Amino acid sequence: MSNKSLVTATINGEDKEFLCEPRQSLLEVLRDVLYLTGTKEGCNDGNCGACSVIVDGVLLDSCCMLAVEAEGSSIETIEGLATGTELHPLQRAFLEETGLQCGICTPGFLMAAKALLDKTPKPDEQQVRHWLAGNLCRCTGYDKLVRSVLKAVEA
Amino acid sequence: MSDASPKNGFNVVGTSPIRPDGLDKVTGRAQFADDFHLPNMLHGKILRSPHAHARIVSIDTSAAEALPGVRAVVTGADFPAVRHELLNLGTAGVLNIREMSENCMAKDKVLYDGHAVAAVAADNPHDAELAMNLIKVEYELLPPVMNVRAAMADDAPVVHENFHPGGFIAPTEKYLPNASRVQLGNGDPEQGFAEADLVLEREYTAETIHQGYIESHVTTVTWDSNDYVTVWTATQGQFALRDHLADIIQVPISNINVVPLEIGGGFGGKERLYIDPVAAFLSKKSQCPVKIAMRRDEVFRATGPSSGTFIKLKFGVKRDGTLTAAHLHMAYEAGAYAGGPLFLGIMSATSRYNIPNIHIDGFDVIVNKPTMRPYRAPGAPQALFAVEQMIDELAHELGMDPIDFRMQNLMRTGDRLVPGFPLAPIDTEKMMETVKAHPHYQAPLEGANRGRGLAYSIWFNIGEISSARMQVNPDGSVTLATASPDLSGTRISLAMQAAEALGIDVEQVSPTVSDTQSIGFSLPSVGSRTTYSTGAIVCEVAQEILKQMCERAALLWETDAADVSVEHGVFSNKTEPGQSITFNELAARMFETGGPISHHRTGHTQSFIPGTAVHLVDVEVDPDTGKVDILRYTIFQDVGKAVHPDYVEGQMQGAAVQGIGMALNEEYFYDDEGRLKNASLLDYRLPTSLDVPMLETVVLETPNPAHPFGVRGCGEISIAPPPAAIANAIHDAVGVRLNSMPMAPHKVCAAVNAAKPAKAA
Repeated sequence: MSNKSLVTATINGEDKEFLCEPRQSLLEVLRDVLYLTGTKEGCNDGNCGACSVIVDGVLLDSCCMLAVEAEGSSIETIEGLATGTELHPLQRAFLEETGLQCGICTPGFLMAAKALLDKTPKPDEQQVRHWLAGNLCRCTGYDKLVRSVLKAVEA
Repeated sequence: MSDASPKNGFNVVGTSPIRPDGLDKVTGRAQFADDFHLPNMLHGKILRSPHAHARIVSIDTSAAEALPGVRAVVTGADFPAVRHELLNLGTAGVLNIREMSENCMAKDKVLYDGHAVAAVAADNPHDAELAMNLIKVEYELLPPVMNVRAAMADDAPVVHENFHPGGFIAPTEKYLPNASRVQLGNGDPEQGFAEADLVLEREYTAETIHQGYIESHVTTVTWDSNDYVTVWTATQGQFALRDHLADIIQVPISNINVVPLEIGGGFGGKERLYIDPVAAFLSKKSQCPVKIAMRRDEVFRATGPSSGTFIKLKFGVKRDGTLTAAHLHMAYEAGAYAGGPLFLGIMSATSRYNIPNIHIDGFDVIVNKPTMRPYRAPGAPQALFAVEQMIDELAHELGMDPIDFRMQNLMRTGDRLVPGFPLAPIDTEKMMETVKAHPHYQAPLEGANRGRGLAYSIWFNIGEISSARMQVNPDGSVTLATASPDLSGTRISLAMQAAEALGIDVEQVSPTVSDTQSIGFSLPSVGSRTTYSTGAIVCEVAQEILKQMCERAALLWETDAADVSVEHGVFSNKTEPGQSITFNELAARMFETGGPISHHRTGHTQSFIPGTAVHLVDVEVDPDTGKVDILRYTIFQDVGKAVHPDYVEGQMQGAAVQGIGMALNEEYFYDDEGRLKNASLLDYRLPTSLDVPMLETVVLETPNPAHPFGVRGCGEISIAPPPAAIANAIHDAVGVRLNSMPMAPHKVCAAVNAAKPAKAA
């Protein structure tokens, strides 16, 4: 009965193979097939950024990409942000500057912020606010979240 | 980050350590409700009514049941008739179990667009959705009522043939076919208005809004053949969920265990069950675990919202600035079932200024929208949008400074609140003086179309029932369990209070949130009560732990426990100078002094603890587009004692931005048939990082006598002032009053345009 496709992709630096149906989004496969549940679903229609991942260097909402489209790509998720027990400067800054409250949007914001810093290592406040406007946070009012990113830039 | 050094005699309280659950949250390892999986788990989907008001004629589930991969289908027929309709909650009011059950799954009538009518469990979510769409429901359409004024009109369609009046804290009486009423007052308003030199009458409206938590509602339920039911979900109150679930699915309470997982925001919207009984019946039928995860549009259509309102005010004032009388007509949407946040709106409207002659006519109004649920200081932003604009307008008319005018009528400790009891201790005068002396208030504001506004709020913490259990381990570490779900960092604020009370380092305390089988009953994490009320119980448990440890030390020293004192984690023999033992050393000897050291307590704390806040905002209005930009924003809040100052500031800022969203963007759009037209995060526009500047915070600390460290709850109040503060700033900027919330660009534009001919003349 299966109409599943075999997809090969690099996930957080490791070669992975997985089976998925054409109707499954990358988000669904990350969470429900690969059990990488750090990537969150907030809306499933590309409007909240909770499912942000980086695919071939491009920040995108994984709910808006089909998993079969990931063939041959390199995917970065929150699970790969730290190096072993060594946290990424963004992760450390979010903890120290209380850039999170409930934490559901946090992985998406961290990946979005990483994509920003990969391109623009020293953004100013306005650049951070502009870049993060694709991610919704309902807890923090963005103040400490933006400060966290600016702190990580200093580090 | 705040100064990490100890202050004012505290060692831990007042510092900002890193939260213990933080690491999991920045690495993606934290387990939220949708991250939970069980073997053989099925996925449930719920079919929802596309109609706002209709009778269910028939439901045909045969095609859905025939689809491969479908394991169970339920409808309202699977929900048993309730054994008792009304549950008396004492001071918290009355809970209608039948209505709660029918809100989870409609039986005869659907009452709002999104009301659940049937559900399917299948091997995967896609098949469940396919099957759900095969269910045929025949409806007989009824006319909907979509706002409070329409619902209170003479010829309004009737939503319920009969209903029990709502009782959210204060009881109401049935008054109209769709509305119940509460009246409160003091003095002689007629006389008071006669004494006034100036009387203003104004009307204000607010639209329905949603809490907007980023995690939707998700639950996983197993119902085994022995009728034991386990629920893994994100909830603000595992005990409320358990008790309500038991009433709806009719198994003994002790058979149910509710396991609270990490919760991705709630703001009041996750203290009531929606999908848990549905998943339970699907699990019973399929004999498999069933997960239901709401889609975002379901969250908007069927959960949460907070009331749209119509408020009519009449205020009288003497030329010298003394308020003499007020009449408040306040109508709040209840949604599909009675019992909205009316009373809290009344409390918020009337609890800041002494008005000797006052009458309040409050209405809890049933409309064809989802059942209104609390949203962070429920009812307060709508009430303040009206009253704080009225106060600003009166001050303006009298030519008085808005703070001086408030000072002249200021309610102080001991003054009578409208329900009759006195305002508990708080320094309202200091709040006003702090705002007036602040550089933001003193700074000149220059430039065209720029204006400054402020609004003032008092809001009350709920206390009541909390539980905590503490266990000292032989290595000196302490396990702290509470029944209070952690929405925003309360595990660290409770661990800090435990460490402070025990005299040890916060790193020694490991805080957790327990399931319902492992700890005593508690009220949910609502009403700004967790850090205050649960914190006070944690301190009481710590005192008992220290008492036990003094007894252990006495045993070692062969003396009386009364001779042992303890300070900063060191136990000393008062009769033998120099004889002492540290907390950790004594913990290591627990098994030679009588065994484990632990204590559990379910205790009670005082309610109606006041907190105060003033928000001060500078805006710039674009008169051509109506867009309002926030230039500068300062939040002043009295928090009693800031346990973790960084997270306290976070509460102030987060609440303020929710209030800003309410003020400028957020609203439900229904069409004429009562269908919600903006059930997505694109069209229901939450504020983004681009919409707001950095938010300055000023923390005042007037100790709360009902808490050992003086803590007041700080979570809710700062959502209340923003709409009124921004409205007052818009008036200051362009000279028009906005009486309709949200103050969306088209409304601002229309108001500015309407004012133009008058200016020209």
